[in-house]
Amino acid sequence: MLQQSIKSYIQQDLQTQYLLHLADNALILSHRNSQWCGHGPILEQDIALTNIALDQLGQARNLYQYAALLITEKTGIATTEDQLAYLRDVGEFKNCLLAELPNGDWGQTVLRNFLMGSYQFFLYQELQQSAIGQLKAIAEKSIKEITYHVRWSADWVLRLGDGTAESKGRMVQALELLWAYTGEMLEPCDYELPFIATQSSFIKAAWEAKIASVFSEASLVHPTNEWMQSGGKKGIHTEHLGYLLAEMQFLQRAYPGLEW
Amino acid sequence: MRLYLQKNHYGDYGDGHAGGLEQDAHQDPQKQWPLWEVFMRSKQGLDHKHAGSLHAVDATMALENARDVYTRRKEGVSIWVVESKHIHASDPNAAAEFFEPANDKIYRHPSFYDLPDSLKHM
Repeated sequence: MLQQSIKSYIQQDLQTQYLLHLADNALILSHRNSQWCGHGPILEQDIALTNIALDQLGQARNLYQYAALLITEKTGIATTEDQLAYLRDVGEFKNCLLAELPNGDWGQTVLRNFLMGSYQFFLYQELQQSAIGQLKAIAEKSIKEITYHVRWSADWVLRLGDGTAESKGRMVQALELLWAYTGEMLEPCDYELPFIATQSSFIKAAWEAKIASVFSEASLVHPTNEWMQSGGKKGIHTEHLGYLLAEMQFLQRAYPGLEW
Repeated sequence: MRLYLQKNHYGDYGDGHAGGLEQDAHQDPQKQWPLWEVFMRSKQGLDHKHAGSLHAVDATMALENARDVYTRRKEGVSIWVVESKHIHASDPNAAAEFFEPANDKIYRHPSFYDLPDSLKHM
């Protein structure tokens, strides 16, 4: 567990919360994608998705390192990226629910990556203009990776959506399952507002336009249901995140401070 | 005892055959993705060199797969892919008449000429 004084610092500092939110999105999505390692439908795609998971892990690390630095400076307690990733409990994670849902089949996995990657693309594009130097630098580094993730996942959405009867059926099913989890990404919460308040409506519009154009090319019917799940950003998660963390955090919990 | 031997040429067999006995349904050769050859030019390189091969359903995916499989360690700045079936190979059995006549014609090497200084990359 994180020390109580670090926890209370995080609870009252919006910038740290925002950094953790961005980092948690990247880490949890990365972990889900990494679960495909060795199980991909074909060697080349197994490597492709593992590469993407590693990119996302790298983004998460940059953000955790920066958050850890700020916490160390402000509280005087030495804090590391590992502590932030491995010693926080479910309720302290601030990732969107979409990131933690199970992988499902290949179609569901690529669709999740497309929905979330497209959002990250427009978000990081805006963060490249951030007033916070370090965040700006992380966004500049990440955007090239994310551009490729979107290209790769959009390609798959097109192939499967516009493919055989079975692949299309699976994409329709995946979309039905994931759609209600997309709204949360686009509605900024209190700790996001100071950093992307003015840009959030632009990000939402750009995301919607991107999704609509790929769906129409893939001949997927755009969902019309407007009710959206939310809670992840505030630490209220689905049952799936607990299981994910139990596996991901096991080593650091069992052997605190262990290094390779 | 009868032995069944089959000669395989590079590229004309799929993964399903590689392990000998293991042939499961999803590795039906009819459903195999086509094989592609990958050529890459490194940052300092002047020409594209053969890097290996991979499976993909079309050229777009072949390029992306090549990027993911062969450029992970900054090996290249340009990629060509070509479907393996479009490559025609010289017949190994014809190697004698194809290549050996060149062996004793050393005068074909440019070492007998003075090269101008301005000529690079020879």
